Amino acid sequence: MKGPVIHRSPMPGLGLSMGITLTMLSIVVLLPIGALLLKGANYGLAGIWETVNRERVWAALFLSFRLSLFAALLNLVFGVLLAWVLVRYRFPGRRLLDAAVDLPFALPTAVAGIALTALYAPRGFFGQLAAEIGWKIAYTQWGIFIALVFVGLPFVARTVQPVIEEIEREVEEASATLGASRLHTLRHVILPMLLPAALTGFALALARAVGEYGSVIFIAGNIPLVTEIAPLLIIIQLEEFNYDAAAAIGIAMLLISFAMLLAINLIQVWSRRRIGYV
Amino acid sequence: MTTLHLPQTILGLVPYRPLPTSKEKDMLATITLAGTVTAQGPVVDAHADGRVTIADGTRRLTGWPVKTLRNLFAGVALAILGLGAAPAPVQAETLLNVSYDPTRELYREFNEAFATWWVAQGNAAPTLEVSHGGSGSQSRAVVDGLKAQVVTLALAGDIDRLAKAGLLAEDWQSKFPNNSSPYTSTIVFLVREGNPKGLKDWGDLIADGVEVITPNPKTSGGARWNYLAAWAWAEKNGKDPKEFVAALYKNVPVLDQAARGSTTTFAQNGIGDVLLAWENEAYLALKELGEDQFDIVVPSLSVLAEPPVAIVDANIANDEQRKLAEAYLNYLYSPEGQAIAFKNFYRAWDTSKAAPEDVARFPQLELVTIEALGGWAKVQPEHFADGGIFDQIYVPK
Repeated sequence: MKGPVIHRSPMPGLGLSMGITLTMLSIVVLLPIGALLLKGANYGLAGIWETVNRERVWAALFLSFRLSLFAALLNLVFGVLLAWVLVRYRFPGRRLLDAAVDLPFALPTAVAGIALTALYAPRGFFGQLAAEIGWKIAYTQWGIFIALVFVGLPFVARTVQPVIEEIEREVEEASATLGASRLHTLRHVILPMLLPAALTGFALALARAVGEYGSVIFIAGNIPLVTEIAPLLIIIQLEEFNYDAAAAIGIAMLLISFAMLLAINLIQVWSRRRIGYV
Repeated sequence: MTTLHLPQTILGLVPYRPLPTSKEKDMLATITLAGTVTAQGPVVDAHADGRVTIADGTRRLTGWPVKTLRNLFAGVALAILGLGAAPAPVQAETLLNVSYDPTRELYREFNEAFATWWVAQGNAAPTLEVSHGGSGSQSRAVVDGLKAQVVTLALAGDIDRLAKAGLLAEDWQSKFPNNSSPYTSTIVFLVREGNPKGLKDWGDLIADGVEVITPNPKTSGGARWNYLAAWAWAEKNGKDPKEFVAALYKNVPVLDQAARGSTTTFAQNGIGDVLLAWENEAYLALKELGEDQFDIVVPSLSVLAEPPVAIVDANIANDEQRKLAEAYLNYLYSPEGQAIAFKNFYRAWDTSKAAPEDVARFPQLELVTIEALGGWAKVQPEHFADGGIFDQIYVPK
């Protein structure tokens, strides 16, 4: 016998792949965020706090994050349902529906915003119906909410879909033969398996909604304290060449987003541990 | 050889805009322009003296057609070889005019008239490019390095910003007549057909149940004129202007980003009873969207909006280009240029060549200048800066 056979992995080594990854990540993500933080550092913590600690900024931040959270929650529920329907059932037009889920990704956000506004404005198709019961949608917080649901929809559906495909029917059947009710199977067998992916999708939808500008701006009304989103405040500061204040609001959004994503990650870790399933 | 300039046109920031179609589309001609310089393109016009005019996407060239077969081949070969192969390309000057949004129609017409005139003066056909956008962001683009030789913006403040960045002299506004404003406009009301709410003047706009559509003055240059017109009316009529504009903006259900957005909100989405608009935009809306849908109401008093023009000295490459830039802006003041401004619903100065109906369209009203309000240097920080009077409408100090 000859010496031991060395199995070389066909993949490039750690050194090369890590190098490329870090370079890409630095150029695409870390550099812009670093520039933002640097701008804020020049401005100083006191300056940032002074800019952010104003009624109008708090109102905008609260509005942006609150509506994004609601929109992501709605997407969480309906995204899982949508993915379930697309994977588990066969019906005519299924592929078409499957393709339609990605539309909010493909459509330029401004186009989506204008289309939604045209639909939900008091003269629009849905707007007219809503107006009959005295419900205003476009140019209110409802309008913002609908735009955010629209842009966030694909995230949950697309992250959960492959997981549902992996779940074998036998698991449900086994659960049934062991005497579990349908609800029990759903709660204790299916949902725990979906939870990690669904949470990832939720986090993505939330992050997207917080930063969304293009589609929201047309339907929002943009009235200070009422329907003014935080990204608009940043634009306004930029229009005034007030780069420091713009950076300050940007940093505030970044910190809140970071805290929220961290919380979601912790929940994910906790849920995985509890289920004992990686 | 005109095709040689194609990449330049595409690489420039401005979309490639074809001229009106030629009479004989497929007929190509090669012409001599100056000695050994030849150009080739589709024939648009044949002159009585034997010269022909050819066109490519952006300009027209006139010259003697090349008769010999050899020259023709050379021309075609050059055209095919394309980039850089030409011994001496036509030194036609280029000019980038950075303008604001509602001037699209005006400069489309003006550029054609100017190019024709410039060529008639014995010059090579110029490449004229125009970029449109919000006045503020256009100004910022020039500060950030957009190589505009000429700016034609909505507010003097937006050109002052260029002066502050050292791109042109501080006294730019004295370089051309009438505060460097070849045309002016004002702010009027666009109301729904028949004026169902009976809105006649600024005072009517603060009544309960009246919805006013105007863009956000923080992001739109035009909206600042709207705001100032309301302010000036209140001052004139013995009302507290601050309270008046606050009451007015309480009636605004949607603050769009820019003037065109507000027009869409009002006209397409059917929001609001009255749109505060540039006079030229209001007439354009009537023309485009139908006169049976809207009426224009002219208030008793409004502002004299003077969209200024200037040459950006720092971006002028050579004397030839300066000559072209100066001629371009001066032509705006010529009777022909003024007639085009009138035709595009601007209030210009010289009516001598304008069509009478274009001039008669504008009713007389009291117009307050920005100087009477204190000038932009004072108005801008006082009203529109962070925490200024406009912000206090929503967040009282």
